[in-house]
Amino acid sequence: MVLDRPEVDDSARAAPPAGTAPRGTAVRFALMAVPVAFFAVFFAYPVSAIVSRGLHHGGGWDPGRIVATATRPDILGVLWFTTWQALASTALTLLLALPGAYVLARLDFPGRRLLRAVVTVPFVLPTVVVGAAFLALVGRGGLLDDLWGVRLDTTVWAILLAHVFFNYAVVVRTVGGLWAQLDPRQEEAARMLGAGRFAAWRSVTLPALAPSLAAAALMVFLFTFTSFGVVQILGGPTFTTLEVEIYRQTADLLDLPTAAVLTLLQFAAVGTVLAVHARIVRRRETALRLVDPAHTAHRPRGAAQWLLLGGVGATVAALLLAPPAVLVERSLDTPRGYGLDYYRALFEVDSRGGSFLVPPIEAVGNSLGYALAATAVSVTVGGLAAAALTRRAGRLVRGFDALLMLPLGVSAVTVGFGFLITLDEPPLDLRTSWILVPLAQALVGIPFVVRIMLPVLRAVDERLREAAAVLGASPLRAWREVDLPLVRRALLVAAGFAFAVSLGEFGATVFIARPDNPTLPVAVARLLGRPGELNYGQAMALATLLMAVCAAALLLLERFRPDKTSGEF
Amino acid sequence: MALLRLEDVGVRFGGRAALDGVDLEVPEHRTVCVLGPSGSGKSTLLRVVAGLQRADRGRVLLAGADQAGVPPHRRGVGLMFQDHQLFPQRDVAGNVAFGLRMRGAGREERARRVGELLELVGLPGAQRRAVPTLSGGEQQRVALARALAPEPKLLMLDEPLGQLDRGLRERLVTELRGLFGRLGTTVLAVTHDQGEAFALADRVVVMRDGRVAQSGTPLEVWQRPASRFVARFLGFDNLADCTVSGTRADTPWGAVEVPAGAPQGEGTLLVRPSGVRVGPEGEGLAATVEARTFRAGRVAVRLRPDAGPGLEADCALGEVPPEGARVGLRFGVGETVVLDRA
Repeated sequence: MVLDRPEVDDSARAAPPAGTAPRGTAVRFALMAVPVAFFAVFFAYPVSAIVSRGLHHGGGWDPGRIVATATRPDILGVLWFTTWQALASTALTLLLALPGAYVLARLDFPGRRLLRAVVTVPFVLPTVVVGAAFLALVGRGGLLDDLWGVRLDTTVWAILLAHVFFNYAVVVRTVGGLWAQLDPRQEEAARMLGAGRFAAWRSVTLPALAPSLAAAALMVFLFTFTSFGVVQILGGPTFTTLEVEIYRQTADLLDLPTAAVLTLLQFAAVGTVLAVHARIVRRRETALRLVDPAHTAHRPRGAAQWLLLGGVGATVAALLLAPPAVLVERSLDTPRGYGLDYYRALFEVDSRGGSFLVPPIEAVGNSLGYALAATAVSVTVGGLAAAALTRRAGRLVRGFDALLMLPLGVSAVTVGFGFLITLDEPPLDLRTSWILVPLAQALVGIPFVVRIMLPVLRAVDERLREAAAVLGASPLRAWREVDLPLVRRALLVAAGFAFAVSLGEFGATVFIARPDNPTLPVAVARLLGRPGELNYGQAMALATLLMAVCAAALLLLERFRPDKTSGEF
Repeated sequence: MALLRLEDVGVRFGGRAALDGVDLEVPEHRTVCVLGPSGSGKSTLLRVVAGLQRADRGRVLLAGADQAGVPPHRRGVGLMFQDHQLFPQRDVAGNVAFGLRMRGAGREERARRVGELLELVGLPGAQRRAVPTLSGGEQQRVALARALAPEPKLLMLDEPLGQLDRGLRERLVTELRGLFGRLGTTVLAVTHDQGEAFALADRVVVMRDGRVAQSGTPLEVWQRPASRFVARFLGFDNLADCTVSGTRADTPWGAVEVPAGAPQGEGTLLVRPSGVRVGPEGEGLAATVEARTFRAGRVAVRLRPDAGPGLEADCALGEVPPEGARVGLRFGVGETVVLDRA
């Protein structure tokens, strides 16, 4: 026998698209048509319209003014603060979350699943809820203020800690997901070659983790750089990020030109970060030998690992569990002792000419309705986009991929305001239509849907579809019979994420939600912005309700989550 | 009449020709095996027939009808994939019934056929088993049942037994041959394993670099490899350049007697291992024993002659000289073949 190995005819494997190329390309472009049209009409058009309106001056362009505005001392100050708080938040998040990533990836202990769920919930909590929770913990009249007179809401620490709260899950999911799949025998091999425990980790594991570390860091940086709700609530007059400043310039000062320049600044910064991210992700796709996460975890051994586990537990309790717990506590803490007064008040219209024309509780129904519609749009548009992107091919497709991520980085405030000024005339007069809010929210949901669906779709072996075709299934039928059953769970998870982020969307919604139809985050923010114990208590109560809905949605979906997608989000 | 006919089929991937002017016929109720090393274009050939890969030139005819533009699901051919490609989310019955469902067979008919087929492939009662719980051999059988279920005109097998261990492979080859004979199935199989091809096929087609290097019955191919490449691929290593005149061939090993009617002039001499007779030193070609490999009762002996390329001899267990021994070699006339020089 000359060849005893099973043959792999790599010519066939490497080039299956060649034979079906013309039809495949046509199908892919057809699939891309809807997402591209959606982004053109509901993203590119509003954003470019408002930016160009801001930059137009007396009938002409004035590039000099962009520079003049961008170099104004107050703007430079905002830019500086935005950048350094994002860097500090990122560093702090990595510092606090990496031990958590290790513990959840490599240690097997009772309550592991619970801990995993607990650290994930904050990520889908609305920014407004996080802001309210930290206000309840470290703000004026907050728990620490009551107990020891400690207040952090006048310092930057409140913002930084809230950012850590939010992004802890990003690091645990992205880095921990990979860590759990790294083959421990690699490190063992290094140990056998004479490396100490730390040297083995540094020389073998750390380099393998580096791309995912960088990806996580960039993602945290991106989220904190564009932070709006948290800073709006916790920043006070002292601390302003670009996004908050855009809101202030647009809504309070009606200074469109300055807002437009700020939008461009943020866009440029985010574009740079995304480009770097794309490079890193592509490099990450180059082969690491991965193993089943089920085989890499072990019981904690020795004092050091138990200590680490305890430390992570304490961090999670203090940082991730305390703020929501205090939020709930404050919502029940009425002047007459603990009770449901604030919740009851949500059902009434404030007779003293308060913030609402309707009982605040109606925001719950509004939010759920909007979020459901936004989820439907996100899943449809995002699902089509992911299907079009399934085959990695061509620069055009990669550009399309990047385009889908842009809404994460463009000022939501700009998008919201852009909606108002562009979608107000026929044929697209949506200003008075309820659909405006879900459309804006869907823009944030779509990137999540794509990110969650894509790895799963790409994991479906092309030859399974071919097997179905040879057995008589048409392409559509093959998709239904082969792809759909395999991606159904991912589709549910994607829908859940889209639902949660739509529910919490604040920056765009605050502009376009009508006063008589506020969403939950808008209502919470409005209540927090008004003085008085009753407003504060109602804000806490409403934020608690919002938190409960989001957490329930996520925990429900955690049960459907396919294990293999743990690498993204 | 030929059920499948390929005329001058060519496929290029970039600058490389995966198939380069292939002509091939598979008569009805026959089994044809395409044999060749990695990258010789065998799998591509099957994909072209299945419609999964478009041919850049040439025609594929099934029962006389040109298949250009006919999508895979309308060709009515079956393909058993190299690594089975069972649908992981369906159980055994769901996999086997898939093709029947696609052609709209009713529930009862499907259940009946699935039962029959699982019986046929030796897995009775396996309907409800999940795919991941099956062993390699069982997956193999399920994949076969799934491919057979819609009663394809032509059944194609891509390395049908490639991933199984040797014992199972040999048993399954015999079973498959019997099964195809009983069902009258027309089969086109590709494999890199000569033994498998020999046992399974009515005709063998040897491929090299996208071209047909030789085709014929297994016996023809084994007895008279068309070229040095085919001979080497079939496992014959006793090859040397030669010049033939009459029944005498001049080789680096000296003069060797060849059968009457051998092609005259320049050629390649092949001596089958069974034709290398190992005798005491001083008789015939002097050589040294280099290595010995045991093969179920016989021993392959590697020899280093004093002149000419190395030789392999097939010895009975009792007659094996020790390693390092000096021996003399003679060649049996019936076991020598003169091939083209190429």
